[in-house]
Amino acid sequence: MDGYNFAYLDEQTKRMIRRAILKAVAIPGYQVPFGSREMPLPYGWGTGGIQVTAGVIGQDDVLKVIDQGADDTTNAVSIRRFFARTTGVKTTEKTTEATLIQTRHRIPERPLSEGQILVYQVPIPEPLRWLEPRETETRKMHALQEYGIMHVKLYEDIARFGRIATSYDYPVVVNDRYLMKPSPIPKFDNPKMDNMPALQLFGAGREKRIYAIPPYTKVKSLDFDDHPFEIQQWDENCALCGSENSYLDEVVMDDQGGRMFVCSDTDHCESRQSDGHVGPMGTQQAAE
Amino acid sequence: MYVAVKGGEKAIENAHRLLAQDRRGNPGVPELTVVQIKEQMSLAVDRVMTEGSLYDRDLAALAIKQARGDLVEAIFLLRAFRTTLPRFATSNPIDTTAMKARRRISATYKDLPGGQLLGPTFDYTHRLLDFALMAESEAPDVATSPSNDEALPRVTSLLNAEGLIEQENSDDTAPVSDLTREPLDFPANRDLRLQNLARGDEGFVLAMGYSSQRGYGNTHPFAGEIRMGEVEVVIEPEELGFAISIGDITVTECEMINQFKGSATEAPKFTRGYGLSFGEAERKAMAMALVDRSLRARELGEEVQNPAQDEEFVLYHTDNVEASGFVQHLKLPHYVDFQGELEMVRNLRAEQAHVHAQEQMLKAGE
Amino acid sequence: MLMNSQDVRPLPGQPLPGFAVPVHDSQRVFRGILDAMAHPGKIVELTDLPDAPKALNKASVAVCLALVDFETPLWADDAISAQAQAVTHIQFHCGCPITTAPEKARFALLSQGTDLTSLKAFCHGTDERPDLSTTVIVQAEGFGGGEDVRLSGPGIKTETTLSITGVGTGFWQAVRDNAQRFPRGVDLMICTDEAIVCLPRTIEVED
Repeated sequence: MDGYNFAYLDEQTKRMIRRAILKAVAIPGYQVPFGSREMPLPYGWGTGGIQVTAGVIGQDDVLKVIDQGADDTTNAVSIRRFFARTTGVKTTEKTTEATLIQTRHRIPERPLSEGQILVYQVPIPEPLRWLEPRETETRKMHALQEYGIMHVKLYEDIARFGRIATSYDYPVVVNDRYLMKPSPIPKFDNPKMDNMPALQLFGAGREKRIYAIPPYTKVKSLDFDDHPFEIQQWDENCALCGSENSYLDEVVMDDQGGRMFVCSDTDHCESRQSDGHVGPMGTQQAAE
Repeated sequence: MYVAVKGGEKAIENAHRLLAQDRRGNPGVPELTVVQIKEQMSLAVDRVMTEGSLYDRDLAALAIKQARGDLVEAIFLLRAFRTTLPRFATSNPIDTTAMKARRRISATYKDLPGGQLLGPTFDYTHRLLDFALMAESEAPDVATSPSNDEALPRVTSLLNAEGLIEQENSDDTAPVSDLTREPLDFPANRDLRLQNLARGDEGFVLAMGYSSQRGYGNTHPFAGEIRMGEVEVVIEPEELGFAISIGDITVTECEMINQFKGSATEAPKFTRGYGLSFGEAERKAMAMALVDRSLRARELGEEVQNPAQDEEFVLYHTDNVEASGFVQHLKLPHYVDFQGELEMVRNLRAEQAHVHAQEQMLKAGE
Repeated sequence: MLMNSQDVRPLPGQPLPGFAVPVHDSQRVFRGILDAMAHPGKIVELTDLPDAPKALNKASVAVCLALVDFETPLWADDAISAQAQAVTHIQFHCGCPITTAPEKARFALLSQGTDLTSLKAFCHGTDERPDLSTTVIVQAEGFGGGEDVRLSGPGIKTETTLSITGVGTGFWQAVRDNAQRFPRGVDLMICTDEAIVCLPRTIEVED
């Protein structure tokens, strides 16, 4: 793009972001404040993830951008176009081909491998924020590893509902030290974060925080001995590829209660279909 | 058969085309020029420059045109451009005492050296729609004595001479924070708070200031002085070693004088609230001065018990580019998380129905 | 940059050329550092680096060119500070302030063979802001060929071994002591002419 630097940001800004990323990796799960810049996309629409990606991306990278697990959702398209215009790097929809994946709200179904980097867009980075609105207070709690209010909140859920009533952005503890918000991924994805071979980077632009989970790092979803952490399950399989263990989107078919369930990870679903898997409403693809 | 929705890219392109078409409006009507906006929508330009943190009338006018008159969107456009600009120097503090004032009023004295100068103001206009403006009108007659060459001593300096008002820290060499480079950190110093308020949304700052007048933290303000006019911007590049003027800018400055009852160690005296905006943005400068004074509660040993005194609450929520983005991000797809919530609510309802049914059976069996 | 490496032989005390293509070279070096920081103990090769002045090695210079600037005060030990060209070179390319107060340094440069007793003097951050700690660039002779140390911690699948030559005798003890301060602590970047290894504060050094 004429008149702008590679990956849009100026070099000084990239250095600042890169330094923050390195400290984030060195202190797993700790939120590093950074001088988040105004981006040409609105705050709340992925500016943190975009700044992290812009700080990391190089000419040889292959970039994949997903939102809700899909490459084709409008915001994913918009962010992918932004990087295609400002860097000229190769983009892909294939999880396996990507060196760099920016995501909003999902972790791909296919396990990521060492060397890949997963960049999460984060709206509210502070796991204690909805329990304590003051940054000065939550910062102290992290310093003292004082996470009692979170346990109380979860326990109150159990007392009231018989279970922990959080279905997404489910809090985790990283490396037995920092309480961390995994961004609004469904809790279904939480187990994928644990000991993941890929590097996980988190960017919150409006809130001006970067944090990270190095590869092969312990990530534990909070729970209690008598109420262990559980993930969502469906009675249905994916209608298109027949997958029994992927996160499903519910698609409303009519106003009579008709609905179907399909994989939220579109690349996963398409790969399975081209491998010959077929669901109850799908069609055979790979006959040859 | 269901097929996953495709065509996000095409939909976006279409939306952009429709937007361009609506921005232009009826092509039979002549297109608005940037110069016209700059000259005739000058207060909109001033607001966009102030909250956009960039003094450039042409670019602010362009942003307003591009944003179809949506000023928050225009501020966003200007800010996004501003981030890409390299920094050549930091200016010396502007000297508003040396302002070539076009307006200068004080509510605390009937008359004062340099006099009261109304200048171009909506004050004392009767807010009657001027139907003559429905037609394109001739330029009005040039007004007389638009500016004042007399020196204008500051009202606060007059009070200062008597020792009635707190001393202002005048250390111009101390480093100044910049929240566009470093994220907010608390407790925030006054320089950071003022920068935040200057960039802050006029409506929000106005409402916060208003709340402090209505009893949510009464600071007993008097408009000590409001002045608007041109000041010189001076930089001192290290390699040159001397100061050079890079041009004049228009600013509006407001100094509020507020009561302070004193404390165990300090005698009663007046305190200050300060507001400054680019161009003519008097409402903003006044509101800013009110909120600045409210936010000084901590350093003045006042009890913090109202929203306008709460620096985390105020400073985290002033920025309309941040606020607009986050509020509007709710338009983005959230169906993955919603699916999780659907599953949860269905399960909770099923469990409750199950428990309820068991209770009914137990009752029936008794 | 201002000079062309082919034509100009720099005078003593003058800077050498920096990155050939600063935008992409900085990114490439940063990705190497990130790989190293994400996989503590992993030897990450850095290739096609510009020359280093006396008292510095190529990787340590490349790290500075990629990460240091006017916002990050740099501290250098006596042996490096004594080499006018080394300091000029870094300052010319990075525009960073040079500090003599180790606790104010965001980056520090240590000579080959230094024992790490000086680590204590650097900024370790606070419990509330552990990220404000100094990043310490330690120059070494090479990796491998010395006594293997077993490492574990975040970024390491099970465990890994590493040997470093050309560091002081107290090196590993200092690394252990540093890890005790978690979440406070410095992060180490061990640099040779061709490679970098990172030892962040999370590293566990087995006895």
